[in-house]
Amino acid sequence: MLRIVNKLRSGFAKMTVREAINSAMGQEIERDSNVFLIGEEVGQFQGAYKVSKGLYDRFGKSRIWDTPITEAGFTGLSVGAAMYGLKPIVEFMTFNFAMQAIDHVINSSAKLNYMSAGGLNTSIVFRGINGAAASVAAQHSQCFAAWYSQVPGLIVLSPYDCDDARGLLKAAVRNPNPVVFLENEIMYNESFEVPENVMDKDYLIPIGKAKVMREGKDVTIVTFSKMVKYSMLAAAELEREGISCEVINLRTLKPLDRNTIIQSLQKTHRVVTVEEGWGQCGIGAEICGIINETNAFFHLDAPVVRVTGADIPTPYAFNLEELSFPKTHNIVEAVKLVLK
Amino acid sequence: MIFRISRSCFSSISVKLPPFKVHHLELDQLPQTATTTSSELLAYYKSMQLQRRMEIACDNLYKQRLIRGFLHLADGQESIYEGLHAGLTFDDCVITAYRDHCIALLRGDTPHQIIAEMMAKQTGSTKGKGGSMHYYKKATNFYGGHGIVGAQIPLGTGLAFAQKYLKKPNVTLIMFGDGAANQGQLYEAANMAQLWHLPAIYFIENNLFGMGTSIDRASANTKFYTRGDVIPGIQIDGNNVFQVRETLKFAKKHCLEKGPIFIEAMTYRYHGHSMSDPGVTYRTREEVQQQRKTRDCINYVKNIILENKVADEPQLEEIDNSTQNEIDIAVEQAKVDPVPPSTELTTDVYVDNENHFIRGILYKDSIVPKSQ
Repeated sequence: MLRIVNKLRSGFAKMTVREAINSAMGQEIERDSNVFLIGEEVGQFQGAYKVSKGLYDRFGKSRIWDTPITEAGFTGLSVGAAMYGLKPIVEFMTFNFAMQAIDHVINSSAKLNYMSAGGLNTSIVFRGINGAAASVAAQHSQCFAAWYSQVPGLIVLSPYDCDDARGLLKAAVRNPNPVVFLENEIMYNESFEVPENVMDKDYLIPIGKAKVMREGKDVTIVTFSKMVKYSMLAAAELEREGISCEVINLRTLKPLDRNTIIQSLQKTHRVVTVEEGWGQCGIGAEICGIINETNAFFHLDAPVVRVTGADIPTPYAFNLEELSFPKTHNIVEAVKLVLK
Repeated sequence: MIFRISRSCFSSISVKLPPFKVHHLELDQLPQTATTTSSELLAYYKSMQLQRRMEIACDNLYKQRLIRGFLHLADGQESIYEGLHAGLTFDDCVITAYRDHCIALLRGDTPHQIIAEMMAKQTGSTKGKGGSMHYYKKATNFYGGHGIVGAQIPLGTGLAFAQKYLKKPNVTLIMFGDGAANQGQLYEAANMAQLWHLPAIYFIENNLFGMGTSIDRASANTKFYTRGDVIPGIQIDGNNVFQVRETLKFAKKHCLEKGPIFIEAMTYRYHGHSMSDPGVTYRTREEVQQQRKTRDCINYVKNIILENKVADEPQLEEIDNSTQNEIDIAVEQAKVDPVPPSTELTTDVYVDNENHFIRGILYKDSIVPKSQ
């Protein structure tokens, strides 16, 4: 049941990203009897982060499966169920815990269609929170975008707002390939106005297509997930100083939408990438590589500036954690650097 | 091929089964004998010979460098595969690790397809893209073919989960070795199977060695049939095709009524772990010879055939020759088959491959989908 918090004006509703993911899952489980949700505390506890709230009451234990704390076991089990033809949505309480199960994501699932020459596939979604939360320290704060994006056979998605969350998750569930779906805990509480069409039970966003959140002509900022928020705030601040930024929300990390990035930089001639994860071999590094290898390089007036997480395990102390990940002011500074 | 059979194909022959060892089960729940017929005996003999000769042929091809990479042969263990074929149906799922050629054969691939795959030919079971460790056949519910020790166990548990979810009257046979039996993911998966009453048969092929490590050096508890803790278990002679068959029939019934079960099948592999292992640094040649002489699973069936005058030695030799011939023809065909075309390099990465960008070694060599 959709809980529409605040109908602002006709055709729009206000909802949180958490509610967006919840409503998308509910609709997909309703639509296809082979879809089920599985993970720790997803059922009777209503979800560790309340993302699956209400689904157990609505669908029962045959569709919403609470597991023991055994990532390798339940992830492998879900991949096996997908091999038989079911469509699991596997929730990792955080992607940090998914490292215990990563063999099944990569070796059992991502590579299967290739090794079997098309004989077996797994239509499965691995979803959960990714990246830093707040004060949860080193083992609970890693961003896995770069790791999963490297793997052939995987699709990797990362939503920012409610529109993204609904359209991408539904597209993921209906896709015949394995999908890694990287959510963000801080974004769960953020509210957005959502037009009616986004609430439609068949609202889908194309995989592999980035979204221009804000048009501009001086600098292209390429980013995803929570960093879209800071990039938009940076763009608003820079606007007041007469600098016009185009903000691209990648939405899909694999396959990366090269064309939208290249089209934008042909207009602005300057690029800043923003990600929360560590810089080495990260998404920004890949974007630099892509730009270098195509004619887009010759449209640059300056080298790409990357904004990344600092190369450290995440500290606990609040003041140190603030210095670990990009904030609005880092992005503002990066834009000014690329314009120098 | 016509030969005289001294009794009707349909009159039954009774075979006494070896003793069982049980865990959380009563011995009287299990049969003491199995029945068979002349034609069935000959069919088992022929099929196991085909498996044996196929594996030996692969050994030869590897030594000729026509098969490369990893090759894990199962000669000595044929009765397990024959028994599972006899005890279960194609609606029951099977999954195993990398010692999978014989299962591929029994689940519908031809010797030619299997050998061609290992010889990296286009005509192979997975177009030459999988190799020895990666055979699959969805149509007969054979789910591979996996290279990571133990990974197949939760995967197989998931197959059983799906069967129960979809209310199928079928079970999943999850095969793994004594080495894999210490994997944590076995216990994670079996725990869920027991909690949710999944129709999962955890089948341990105990050939006494995990690669070069004997069971005593690897496992604190070598009674693998008890390792399921509260899950019932049975230990059998894996080299007795009838005991394998009857136990799987019992197991299927148990799974569909109650939940998972552990079966430990004692067996022996004549080859080392793989072709890079001579198999005699951790066991003696005498031990291997002794196993061949006294415990060979094909000889066991042969002796029943001879004792019951189902066929005589020359007739069995004819079967030997015909199976050898079948394998030889498959090898010769595979030798002249083409390798996969280079366009196959980038196919099957995704189900809808045509929608995806696949990077080449150089950026300019990338495959760009039409939509981009």
